[in-house]
Amino acid sequence: MIKFVTSKIAVLALVASAVPSLAGNMETVSIKNCTWCHGTSAQGYEPAPRLAGQRQQYTVNQLLSFRKHTRDNPFSKQYMWGAAANLSPNTARELAIYLSALPPKAANDGDNQLAAIGRTLYEEGNPDSNTVSCAVCHGPNAEGIRQIPRLGGLSYYYLKRKLTQWGEGYHAAAERPMPRIAGKLSPNEIEALASYLSFVK
Amino acid sequence: MRSGRADDRRPLINVMGFWYRQPILRLMKVSCIQLALQTAILAIVFSAGRAEDTDRVRVSTQTLQAKIEYCETCHGVSGQGYRGFFPMPRLAGQQTEYFENQLRAFVEGRRQNKYMHSAARGLSSTMRMALATHFRDLNPKPLGGAPRNLAAMGKKIYEDGIPETNVPACMACHGGEAKGQKEIPRLAGQLNDYMLNKLVNWNKERGQDPAKPDISAIMLPTAHNLTKSQIAAVAAYVGYQQ
Repeated sequence: MIKFVTSKIAVLALVASAVPSLAGNMETVSIKNCTWCHGTSAQGYEPAPRLAGQRQQYTVNQLLSFRKHTRDNPFSKQYMWGAAANLSPNTARELAIYLSALPPKAANDGDNQLAAIGRTLYEEGNPDSNTVSCAVCHGPNAEGIRQIPRLGGLSYYYLKRKLTQWGEGYHAAAERPMPRIAGKLSPNEIEALASYLSFVK
Repeated sequence: MRSGRADDRRPLINVMGFWYRQPILRLMKVSCIQLALQTAILAIVFSAGRAEDTDRVRVSTQTLQAKIEYCETCHGVSGQGYRGFFPMPRLAGQQTEYFENQLRAFVEGRRQNKYMHSAARGLSSTMRMALATHFRDLNPKPLGGAPRNLAAMGKKIYEDGIPETNVPACMACHGGEAKGQKEIPRLAGQLNDYMLNKLVNWNKERGQDPAKPDISAIMLPTAHNLTKSQIAAVAAYVGYQQ
């Protein structure tokens, strides 16, 4: 365990040299706590999503929404409400800067057969059923922007769970379009989208 | 000069250096826009022929409402625009003729945008007009977000143009309050980053079908003659117009 934590501090030190604002008060404690579930290089680990390469503003917003208990699905309640309870906005910001600078790897864990359908749905939506394109907000390569998260390469299991939970009414206080959009997706559409996105680099 | 029958008496019109016989049967509207520039009267531009209105079917209130919600998901609940990965333009208060023409342009390939192509291709003409009317009647406050310090310079360009580089006053066509007219769009309250993106890429996105020159040709030389910082200034100014 000591070796595990030490290696994490070494990574932090490397990043800290590149991001000056991190050097001082960034507690190793919060990084250490993250790695237990999100993996030592923040690539995610079932059930926790990959954080590496995530948009900084999105990560900050999520951390604050755990604190405010507005992000309220079962795993959030069980793990993240406690983990984020004592994070100051400043620490949340520094953590988010650190995580956004880590290179993301694609999970590649979806169903290959569904990727093509998922891609069409991601890019064009389904105008006949009034489902909008995902790409217009999340980017042509699912890279995200500002407070809109990067989706490319996230785990199939995480994406599927999140998309399903929107439809079940979790996180209803989130920024406007998502609850409504995801609530309209059929289980098959969610399968296809989550599969496609898990392969996007 | 384009070839045509010798006895063809349809008037010749010039659009961006190309001569065309003015279509008679499909012509819906001729809008003459004369700008007293130093050089010349710009052009007489005709709108591309309207899609065959064979699909005049009734649109139920329920179907229309679902489609309105579809549009609003990206363009904002009151059509005020929204910033996703791309800035999605304000539709509220837009001229119905412009709105309708753009939807057809996406479908016909005159305006290149793959997202709007798929969004618009299944819309009937009745639905297009119903949506145009719905969004015309909305009047939310501008979304804002433009750098206010550029607005003064933008106002000057908007009202006076830039004589040295042949940029006409925007208000000559778009109106003193930037409300637009017919196929010329309202700019008031438009997202400044959307405006910037469109004007910088004008010749790559609009007027993309040489067989169907459309009203976007009017804007081409002006988009070309404006510098990026001048566009940013105009966009900041109109972005706050109500």
